[in-house]
Amino acid sequence: MEKNNPKGFLYLLPAFLFLGFFLVYPLIDVFVYSFQENYNFASQTYTGVGLYNYAYVLHDPYFLQALKNTFLLVLITVPLSTGLALLISLCLSSIQKLRELFQTIFFLPYVTNTLAVGLVFMILFRKTAYSDGFVNLILNALGFASVDFLSGPYWAKMLVLCLYTVWIVMPFKILILTSALASVDQTYRNAARVDGASKGRIFWRITLPMISPSLFYLVITGFIGAFKAYSDAVALFGTDLNAAGMNTIVGYVYDMLYGNAGGYPSYASAAAILLFAIVLTITCINLLVSKKHVHYV
Amino acid sequence: MDYALIEKNAKRRQIAYLAAIGLVLVLWAILVLFPFYWMLLTSVKSYGSYSSEFVPKLFTLHPTLENFASAFSQVPLSGYFLNTVIFTVITTALMLFVTILAAFAFSRLRFPGRDLIFVAFLALMMIPSELVVITNFVTITQWGLRNTFLGLILPSVTSVFYIYLLKENFSQVPDELYYAAKVDGTSDFKYLWKVLLPICQPTVVTIAILKIIECWNSYVWPRLITDKQDYFLVSVGIQEIRENGFGRENIPAMMAAVTVISLPLIVLFLIFRKKIMAGVARGGTKG
Amino acid sequence: MNVTLQHLTKRFPNRNKKQGGEVVAVDDFTYEIPDGKLVGLLGPSGCGKSTTLYMICGLQAPTAGKIFFGDKDVTDLPTENRGVGLVFQNYALYPHMTVLQNILFPLENLKGKDRPGKAEMVRRATEAARLVQIEGLLDRKPSEMSGGQQQRVAIARALVKMPSVLLLDEPLSNLDARLRLQTREEIRRIQRETGITTVFVTHDQEEAMSISDEIVVMKEGVVQQTGKPQAVYDDPANLFVAKFLGTPPINLFDGRVEGEWLYLGTDKVLPVPGLSDGSVTVGIRPEGFVPEENGPLCCGLNRLEVMGRDVSFLCTHAGCQTDTFRAIRQSDGTEGTHGNAVRFRLKSAKVLLFDPETGARLRPREA
Repeated sequence: MEKNNPKGFLYLLPAFLFLGFFLVYPLIDVFVYSFQENYNFASQTYTGVGLYNYAYVLHDPYFLQALKNTFLLVLITVPLSTGLALLISLCLSSIQKLRELFQTIFFLPYVTNTLAVGLVFMILFRKTAYSDGFVNLILNALGFASVDFLSGPYWAKMLVLCLYTVWIVMPFKILILTSALASVDQTYRNAARVDGASKGRIFWRITLPMISPSLFYLVITGFIGAFKAYSDAVALFGTDLNAAGMNTIVGYVYDMLYGNAGGYPSYASAAAILLFAIVLTITCINLLVSKKHVHYV
Repeated sequence: MDYALIEKNAKRRQIAYLAAIGLVLVLWAILVLFPFYWMLLTSVKSYGSYSSEFVPKLFTLHPTLENFASAFSQVPLSGYFLNTVIFTVITTALMLFVTILAAFAFSRLRFPGRDLIFVAFLALMMIPSELVVITNFVTITQWGLRNTFLGLILPSVTSVFYIYLLKENFSQVPDELYYAAKVDGTSDFKYLWKVLLPICQPTVVTIAILKIIECWNSYVWPRLITDKQDYFLVSVGIQEIRENGFGRENIPAMMAAVTVISLPLIVLFLIFRKKIMAGVARGGTKG
Repeated sequence: MNVTLQHLTKRFPNRNKKQGGEVVAVDDFTYEIPDGKLVGLLGPSGCGKSTTLYMICGLQAPTAGKIFFGDKDVTDLPTENRGVGLVFQNYALYPHMTVLQNILFPLENLKGKDRPGKAEMVRRATEAARLVQIEGLLDRKPSEMSGGQQQRVAIARALVKMPSVLLLDEPLSNLDARLRLQTREEIRRIQRETGITTVFVTHDQEEAMSISDEIVVMKEGVVQQTGKPQAVYDDPANLFVAKFLGTPPINLFDGRVEGEWLYLGTDKVLPVPGLSDGSVTVGIRPEGFVPEENGPLCCGLNRLEVMGRDVSFLCTHAGCQTDTFRAIRQSDGTEGTHGNAVRFRLKSAKVLLFDPETGARLRPREA
């Protein structure tokens, strides 16, 4: 039998240091910040302890706007991207030829810089004095009027943000669902065909229940990821998201920390904890719902 | 039952079905590829011809590389690029160092409270980075490390998930190899270096690549901690270019910069396609 | 319903692309499966028997040839419209459904006027469960059951829609030895009770011989012989069939024919009228040896194995293709043995002659 080896701690030391300083301590500290009232960055003093920071954040119109934007984004993109990814994965798994090629292409957005490609999206959607942009061109060809997507009406901005978010998150979902579908034994589908099931019924009664754990995993991570949306919004609308009315909760946190509003770690902490509470609640609801509908074998 | 009719319908349905599948796949492929195409296309259009197109053209007959030249000369793109390379290399190397040692301790060494500590590590995976970024920002600022590489790198090193991934892989290596090495008089460190790492090299490469992708694309932390151009990474740099570079409207030059920034990862992906996709499927999320 | 296979052929592209060409899985298979009978498709792995089964149920499309159910051509009919029942080798029970849901599934797929009401469905499912004696397990999930129970559920699921044909793919291969014996009787009983035309695939000749009305022996995609099990055993068409059927297996000798007599080594053992001179491969069933004081076949005796009612003689002979061969007597008599030598008389019906080149059967003129 191996003896206890205190050298083990030596090997863990670097990890302990990094995690301690930059993960554990900050986690505790953020709660402390969130309750310190009138914290002053420079002098590191505060005047009291209480819930004022939370009250401030919850009454801040910018936060409420960010809350609304984030919820809309979540409610639109999570079902849309998951459904679309399921459709595409199903198509992928029913072809043999060119499958690898398509898989490779579909994965490309995962390895691109969100900020950089967001710029391309911005240019495709942007309407300027010189040009209406490529997307408007297509709209015009289809008989619609041009829309100013990036500085026009709220719904148009939200639409672009949702489209870009979906585009960015699809590779991961397609990848997970394709491997989930591949792991469903073909025999079950054959058995269902022998049992006289149509393609649709095979999907609903056999395939879908059998990939439901992966699907559920995607919904949970999808919710969490979408609630933390930020850099895609920056890519499309620039760093001053409050001015564009397109800020997200995470954006609000960072803006409070640094940026145009600048230098209020207490407000930032309160907002971050609120975000965390929302995500936690939604995840718990997801877990409860899944108990009824997910089949773990 | 009219079998002939059923057969005919089945055949017709099969053809329609295949056509629909092809349509969906091709359509999505176009949607994915088009932004990349547009990026490349715009980057080789001359500024003059781009500005004169009220209706953007889908191709160009006079490709030019002048935009790439101005991307490197008019804005400090090479500086951003170099910063990102330095940041990525050092962060990834440090991450590997920390991760390999920790994974080895958890999988191979025996010390009091090991399993409990490991569970605590796993619990850390659930901490969202948004929560800790605030204090880290304050810490780094107080240490006077804003606008330094150290400030950029230190909080970006740790990845509990990679420790977990590598620990699982280390644990799969049979105990006998360790005992054999011990019998041969090999030290723990030498065993890790000469036996374990070569065996688990695929996983090490995978987490290194995933970390490189993460570093190359990181935006939030660099944006918070740097406000001098000398220390901008590409993500922050491209945002800076967009808002202040090239006298606002030189879109082709901007696209040239975007192309330069996107290319390294795409090349990396095409080389390590299988590894990256397998690694991400095992539990990476868009970081 | 009888099932007719006409010139059924299945070719796959060769998996090893360098070699190119095609692999013929099933080659020109013509056979009529009689109505209401239990037919065993028998052969070593890779002989095309499973492919044949999959073509009958439509999961694989034949390259050439036709399949008829009754007088209807179903060659191009999709699986889901064929109304066949198939029991998969690993049962393929839907893991997320209970036993009852599994058995109900084929009924729920019925459309239009064929579709019974909910109560009728449950009644029929329960009836099918009773037939295979699992009516007490209807609420279980497949993972909570033993292999034998899963097997029964799979059969019930295949039977519940009253299929025109029931197909079983290696139904016993995943069961342990004791269950295998019991289950094969069960399959026989269920088939008798329902009278459904049944085809089952196996590589185990004993299994096929014991319960089939007819067997089809296949090798490398080509049908070697069809017929009643005993008839095929007694009168195999070629060396492959003779070797494949029977436990313990047939003993093989190099022999030769001289002057219409069969010689094994120097022993002149049997008259073979009508055969021309030359070397032959001789197969002798273990039960074809009768120990006798003055028997013509003189062998070395390695060992006697007394197992219950049988006695095995493990013998050596110069003409034998293997080191030892086995003769079996249903008595405890050891007559004919002298220390380590033994002499046998041969039963002519158990001695089978084959062309040493082609393996084709050589038949002496009837006496």
